[in-house]
Amino acid sequence: MSRSILRTVAIPLVAVVLGLLIGAVLILSQNASPSTAYTALVVGGLGDADAVLRTLQKATPLIFGGLAVAFAFKAGMFNIGGQGQLLIGAVFAAGVGFGIDNLPMVIHLPLALLVGAIAGAIWGGLAGTLKATTGAHEVIVTIMLNFVAGNLTDWLSANPWKDNSGNNIVARTPLVEDSATIPTLGAVPVGFLLAVAAAATCWLVLERTTYGFEVRSVGHNRNAARYSGIKVGWVMGSTMAVAGMLAALGGAVESLGVDGRFEAGVNVGLGFEGITIALLARANPLGVIPAALLVGLMEAGASRMQFKAGVAPELIDVIQALILFFVAAPIIIRWLLRMRHDTSEQLQLGAGWGKS
Amino acid sequence: MSEILLAAQNVTKRFPGVLANDDVSIRLRPGRILALLGENGAGKSTLVNVLFGMYRPDSGQVVIKDETVELHGPDDAISRGIGMVHQHFQLVPPMRVVENIVLGEEPTKRGLVDLDEARNRVVELSERYGLEIDPDALVEDLPVGMQQRVEILKALYRNADVLILDEPTGVLTPQEADHLLGVLRELTETGLGIVFITHKLREVLAIADDIVVLRNGQVVGETTPSQTSESGLAEMMVGRSVVLQVEKSIADPGDVVLKVNELEVNDDRGQIALDGLNFEVRAGEILGVAGVEGNGQRELVEAITGLRHPSVGLMEIDGEELSSGSPRQITKKGVAHIPEDREKHGVVAVYSVAENSVLNRYHRRPFSIRGILRRDVIRGHARDVVDEFDVRTPSVSVPASSLSGGNKQKLIVGREFSDEIKLLIAAQPTRGIDIGAIEFIHRRILEQRDKGTAVLLVSAELDEILGLSDRIAVLYDGKIMDVIDAQDADREKIGLLMAGITD
Repeated sequence: MSRSILRTVAIPLVAVVLGLLIGAVLILSQNASPSTAYTALVVGGLGDADAVLRTLQKATPLIFGGLAVAFAFKAGMFNIGGQGQLLIGAVFAAGVGFGIDNLPMVIHLPLALLVGAIAGAIWGGLAGTLKATTGAHEVIVTIMLNFVAGNLTDWLSANPWKDNSGNNIVARTPLVEDSATIPTLGAVPVGFLLAVAAAATCWLVLERTTYGFEVRSVGHNRNAARYSGIKVGWVMGSTMAVAGMLAALGGAVESLGVDGRFEAGVNVGLGFEGITIALLARANPLGVIPAALLVGLMEAGASRMQFKAGVAPELIDVIQALILFFVAAPIIIRWLLRMRHDTSEQLQLGAGWGKS
Repeated sequence: MSEILLAAQNVTKRFPGVLANDDVSIRLRPGRILALLGENGAGKSTLVNVLFGMYRPDSGQVVIKDETVELHGPDDAISRGIGMVHQHFQLVPPMRVVENIVLGEEPTKRGLVDLDEARNRVVELSERYGLEIDPDALVEDLPVGMQQRVEILKALYRNADVLILDEPTGVLTPQEADHLLGVLRELTETGLGIVFITHKLREVLAIADDIVVLRNGQVVGETTPSQTSESGLAEMMVGRSVVLQVEKSIADPGDVVLKVNELEVNDDRGQIALDGLNFEVRAGEILGVAGVEGNGQRELVEAITGLRHPSVGLMEIDGEELSSGSPRQITKKGVAHIPEDREKHGVVAVYSVAENSVLNRYHRRPFSIRGILRRDVIRGHARDVVDEFDVRTPSVSVPASSLSGGNKQKLIVGREFSDEIKLLIAAQPTRGIDIGAIEFIHRRILEQRDKGTAVLLVSAELDEILGLSDRIAVLYDGKIMDVIDAQDADREKIGLLMAGITD
């Protein structure tokens, strides 16, 4: 058992090491010291309570975004709509957060999260339902819905829900009420705990429930799923709704726990990082947690690295891209590790002569 | 010319937990056909994969044209004149025949594919070997037999001196199979050597010059057709004497379980595939549906099991109208379905044996309660199925993809029979599996009949239909030509009906 876990973890782990090694070469090429840079990176992400808080805050939406991709992936769907789903969750959670007052926290905060989650579920479920009923490809639909979500949330935060305090000219909502703000326990933001709980729940649902069995059946063999009586269309639609809900929770936590409001343009691109995380985690919901922590750490420590070692923070993006490259091209790592292919994979290679 | 075209010398190949080839030696001489016979899992595929450079042997050598070689991959084998026709064709369906044949070795002119030159070469090749084909036809429009011819031409185009054919008749109708055997015999006259992998005894006796029988990874016999018989070969393969024809008693039909009335069903392209079918199946009888494949069998099975909805007509199961029922509603009525394509519908390859053993029952007690899977119960159930249906597997937690075809089929049959059933829909229940498993599955189907289950058996194997059925319906072009009692049926009579000829 431990052997098989080792095998699963080996590829992402080696990918990270390779990414950091090539990153070191790039740092050297800028006449900086890799050891200084990487030390600063780790200190900046883990050095003190503030650094840890930053890392965990960065990791939180990454976990949600990674889950949103990984969960859909289990049903054989590629959810590129994390960005749009995140924005929808962020704006509606903020809407409830600032729009209602005089509610106790035990009601207000869960309500804000719930409304964000439901809005995201509808947003994601839309793509799944279109796929199930009309065959519209979820990749195309979710990409297009990203634009719709972007413009819709821009408009909401610039018009009806605009913050009109002072001389504000920015497209943003007012600050959310204290009763809707996610608290922090020491160096641990509660949003992060929510994300970890969500990952564990995803794993349990997928592996231990009949619904998860249906999702995985549809992902592995749609025909056999139909044969066994599973309503394939319903599973696709509901899986995308769950995925949308997860991404939206990431956005809601950003609004309620980090930014304190929704502001247009702040979360741009955050939703797309979920794809990186899910790939690094090889679509395993539990693997999403370490993958997000790693990327969160690098993002949290980047500015200290720039300050201490004089290395451009964009280097972090390059390293991330390199890691992703190696994860996506595992054959390089297999060759480096002299790892034997599984027989099943070998057969696939053999059969890849023409059509499969 | 070389003495030995292709040989394996003392080849041993081990996989985790399995000794797939144990000191195996075979040799193929020019102009001869070597039949490699053995049950599924006997090591035939491993051996030819070693010969084709796909696997490297743990010990032993491969000899090609009198020369010991080390193969680093299929490309190596191909460049040394070994051609392989896989059981599942490796063709690009939307491309033309000529493009498929030259794919990867295209003649070029100024850096562009020279299709005229390619076509000339293909035409020349097909004339030389008497393998007539339309080079401009799309592969997806060709019948299976012709697609196989494209595969053979593909190998010949790469100057193969040896053809390895993996279960080449598994996908063919009896007529196409006979035709293929003729073609292979002609090919050997040019000096080509052929390795022919099969488990069909009749074909081996008809075509082979030399026969090598494998069992459990070892060579257990070498013989020639003149020295042996079908039962002799079967005994060698299985290691005990086997019954090729299962005995059965006279049926005792009861009430009508399945009733089909004016059923009209469209195929995937929206064309009429079944045109006004009427028939009934009674409890305790087997209705065999004979016919050349592609005459509506698939649509019939899918319509009855809820995977496809009829455009017109009624279908009653146990008195309930279910022509627009979902697969789950129909399963709930006590209908078991052995699907014709076990890889596509029957199993989820990456799922464990245990998960596959509850593929259509996972949502019911005792396998789950309130949406939570009970993994211990599922595993226990899988162990029962594995024991009772003799599924050879190291454990119930290995993925189904690691089982041989016969064992997958036994797993499916075991799953479907592990509930009380009223109606069994068995589509090609023994396709591509070994004799031992065929005998086993035939016995189980008859057992079900004797327990009072109504059975609809759809098969392209006429022997299977004749051996099991109580009544036989012949399907041709979406219509039932006739339904005859099994006592009055013979090959010739049914063969004529299969061709659409009535008197």
